[in-house]
Amino acid sequence: MTAMTAVPATPEPNAAPALRIEGLYKSFGPLQVLRGIDLAVAEHEVVCLIGASGSGKSTLLRCVNLLEDVDAGRIVVGGEEITAPKVDVDRIRRDIGIVFQSYNLFPHMRVVDNVALAPRRVLKRPAARAEAEAMALLERFGLVEKAHDYPDRLSGGQQQRVAIVRALAMEPRLLLLDEITSALDPELVAEVLDVIRELAAGGMTMVIATHEMGFARDIADRVCFLDAGRILEEGTPDQIFRDPREGRTRQFLDRVIAAGRL
Amino acid sequence: MTFGPGPSDIDLLIGDRPGGPVRFRRRRRVSARAAVVATVSTLVFFGALVLAVTNAPGWAQVQRSFLNAKFFWGSLPDVVAHFWVNVQLFVIAEVLILVLGLVLAVLRSLPGPVFFPVRLLATFYVDLFRAIPGVLVIYMLGFGIPGLGIAGIPVDPFVWAVVALTLLYSAYVSEVYRAGIESIHPSQEAAARSLGLNRAQALRFVVLPQAVRRVIPPLLNDFIGLQKDTVLVSFVGVVDIFRSAQIKQAATFNFTPYLAVALVFILMTFPLARVVDWLVARDRARASAGAR
Repeated sequence: MTAMTAVPATPEPNAAPALRIEGLYKSFGPLQVLRGIDLAVAEHEVVCLIGASGSGKSTLLRCVNLLEDVDAGRIVVGGEEITAPKVDVDRIRRDIGIVFQSYNLFPHMRVVDNVALAPRRVLKRPAARAEAEAMALLERFGLVEKAHDYPDRLSGGQQQRVAIVRALAMEPRLLLLDEITSALDPELVAEVLDVIRELAAGGMTMVIATHEMGFARDIADRVCFLDAGRILEEGTPDQIFRDPREGRTRQFLDRVIAAGRL
Repeated sequence: MTFGPGPSDIDLLIGDRPGGPVRFRRRRRVSARAAVVATVSTLVFFGALVLAVTNAPGWAQVQRSFLNAKFFWGSLPDVVAHFWVNVQLFVIAEVLILVLGLVLAVLRSLPGPVFFPVRLLATFYVDLFRAIPGVLVIYMLGFGIPGLGIAGIPVDPFVWAVVALTLLYSAYVSEVYRAGIESIHPSQEAAARSLGLNRAQALRFVVLPQAVRRVIPPLLNDFIGLQKDTVLVSFVGVVDIFRSAQIKQAATFNFTPYLAVALVFILMTFPLARVVDWLVARDRARASAGAR
């Protein structure tokens, strides 16, 4: 559902992209992590980023959420350049949700307070309303019995689902998922991926860094293969997984298949 | 311990015997034996110590001037009454220290070049007040500031004693807070900021509540130190528990009132020290339960 790149996905012509990244560079000291990333994501599109560890997937997502400063390039979200100087980063971040590999729930707060914190403090919702809305979201994702528990009482899969709900509570226009199943036991992965499928079906715009190739193939409108800080190849899941153009992509996928992850 | 023929490890691990698993019975026997050994060695050690002291050539004289029951009971009511001054001192100071220490810790952890002077000043403050012996600060404030003779400035040495103790201990306590703040993983702040909370909100709602919980035991430790240091205020003319004992001693040439002072501090500090240990043990149990 994009109009920006030569992608044969179902088009919604002339729709402004939800996210546009142009010539993004990022280094940590001498280490160049991102070396000229260009990417556009349309509204309601689901883009999966695949590639080896260290290829820059996580850093790219952290840059979009302004958790990292960029060295060069522009990031435009909903028509506003968020990498412009003097932009109000707190206001930008409200609209961009991110879920981390390590959940990062707040351990001193009950589940419902984790979810209601940002609506209360950032959107200034009254406590009762924020809590009611948090409960409704937890209900929707099958977590309502855990609402009054502390995060350390939950399984990894439940914690990660709470982290997703916490991001959703801010009603983001763009959701970034950073290898959200990598820290989970294999039997807990499915429950988290089901949540993402439901969000995709509901039209959430998402950029997903993942090692779950089967999932990427299943859910993505478009797959981008990152290699050494560049998007080496992008296309539909069918094209990338069945008939990759680049030797590096094929090499990566062969290794993944050998490891039994596809 | 048995060396010759005895139960093998396998035997020890097999349960289902009358009286429960052998391993547990054996452990109970070992711990009973350990308790006996500990009791005997303690009695022997302290018995020897008491004998050595009481057989010392000057013991009779020391006993008269330091361990005199008559002077002890005679001084106790007055000593206890003046302890109230120390209690007021440390309670007021502790509240102020908790606030000032936190402010200093937050100032020191402000990021970015803009706040460099703030960090520099806060760091200088902390270094300075940890460097100067406490009694000097109490002297300088307690005598120096009232000595300026500025109208409207309090001359009560009690006020300046509170100020001096607050300034001194805030430096230590801010370091405790700072260690707590730095012990919270940066991913917690990142998670908060990613939801749109600003830096102050992330600190207030996410970082500080976790940090403060973590540093309660070391904070209580510093407060035990503070409570004892309240006797330093007697140097600037506040009649506290120590000063009242000193007055008694000067009048009677008997040092027993100091023993009464020591006893009061022991009675107050021992329970607090146990509370600290209990909190540490509880946190450790919780941390290992959370890491399941």
